Amino acid sequence: MDKIHIKVSVNHQMYEKDVDSRCTLGDFLRNDLGLTGTHYGCEHGVCGACTVLLNSKSVRSCLLLAVQANGSEITTIEGLANDDGTLSELQQAFTECHALQCGFCTPGMLTTLTELLSENLSPTEAQVKSAISGNLCRCTGYQPIVDATILAASRLRDKSIPSAAIKQ
Amino acid sequence: MKPAPFKYHAPTSVGEALQLLAKLENPKILAGGQSLMPMMNFRFMMPSHIIDLNQIDELYGIELRDQSIHIGAMTRQHDIQTSDLVKKFAPIIPDAYDLVSHRQIRNRGTLGGSLCHLDPSSEQPCFISALDGEIEVMGPNGRRSIPIGEWTSTYMTPAMNDDELMIGTSFKPWPDGHGWAFLEYSRRHGDYAIVGVAVLSSINEKREITKISISICGISFAPYRLKDAETNLIGMVADQHAIEIAIKSIDSIEDVMEDAHNSSEYRRHLAKVYTRRAIELAFQRANNHNYGQNTH
Repeated sequence: MDKIHIKVSVNHQMYEKDVDSRCTLGDFLRNDLGLTGTHYGCEHGVCGACTVLLNSKSVRSCLLLAVQANGSEITTIEGLANDDGTLSELQQAFTECHALQCGFCTPGMLTTLTELLSENLSPTEAQVKSAISGNLCRCTGYQPIVDATILAASRLRDKSIPSAAIKQ
Repeated sequence: MKPAPFKYHAPTSVGEALQLLAKLENPKILAGGQSLMPMMNFRFMMPSHIIDLNQIDELYGIELRDQSIHIGAMTRQHDIQTSDLVKKFAPIIPDAYDLVSHRQIRNRGTLGGSLCHLDPSSEQPCFISALDGEIEVMGPNGRRSIPIGEWTSTYMTPAMNDDELMIGTSFKPWPDGHGWAFLEYSRRHGDYAIVGVAVLSSINEKREITKISISICGISFAPYRLKDAETNLIGMVADQHAIEIAIKSIDSIEDVMEDAHNSSEYRRHLAKVYTRRAIELAFQRANNHNYGQNTH
């Protein structure tokens, strides 16, 4: 078996492991690191449940080999909460708006929308829908997810305005 | 673990990749992996060796050189979609990328990968066809350039040899003030098009067509250019009469492809409807400098 030594940072923690060349990133996170928050649904790039952030960009972890993540920084669902363990604004808004039911799609939704909010704090409903067009949810009908994102964006804007004003 | 076992290679130069390609048995090139990885997870593809191009820096980048836009084969779709240079000289490309799959896929997927995969419904070969792009390949005997019209040798197969590697694509920007449109019909946002249409058009102050390019995906194994109609439209006024001539030419396309869900008759119908809309939009945008600012 073709084994390759890799070094990756996952949620700000360094890991060094020997992985099979054919091991996908999602399998590596789940089976080798025990980070089972990243969910595997279709395993061919359609459902979006396995989305993680690779150097702050959303990617399908089922369509990436673990060896390709060598030297990268990965953020998974386990790394989205605040440092003190409280929920991020987006996670908090998800609970308040009932943006999850079974929770299977939630890791992919949250990582995808974290990327959106890192680039755009005033997304329109259409932009949110476009952002999650690659994430399937069979419970919510999507509307509570859209509502939660808009709510989180408005709270993040409220937080960022005073600090911007101080800088000026 | 889904893919069948293979040996992994990550060359850091085109030269190194070509050497691997020449000597390895049953190799497969891995670009963005957004089509190859699903096929490997399903074991439709079981290569013995994977040659991963992701660490070859010289294959990334977008630049204006010798009056052409050059895009490296490994440049990510999202980076092309958000490039100021591309938006300025080829606004059809960011418009089309809005319809290409999803953000997570475009973050990894590459233009080169798509042009080598050659799905007949893919938007990317279609807009490169409308732009009269050239594909640059490198092999043991050096570099050569293949016009997009000769790039598809057959269904999902590019016209390059097994020991060659695609390194980039280039095209000449259309004149300032040209009109553009990329429209498609798909069942869900981000799906491959059932039929998609790329139109570029330049119009003079008398509203006469001076240059036009119409390319359709989803009706043939390669993007289909309406060459005869393009020739006939030159010098005509950009109006409904001109559009009718282009639409009528779609009737004479032979062997429109079909599958279990979409008959050739249905695809031909869609091609007519979307060609009409795309030409109308391109005509509206031509020489209308306020238009582009409202669309993105």
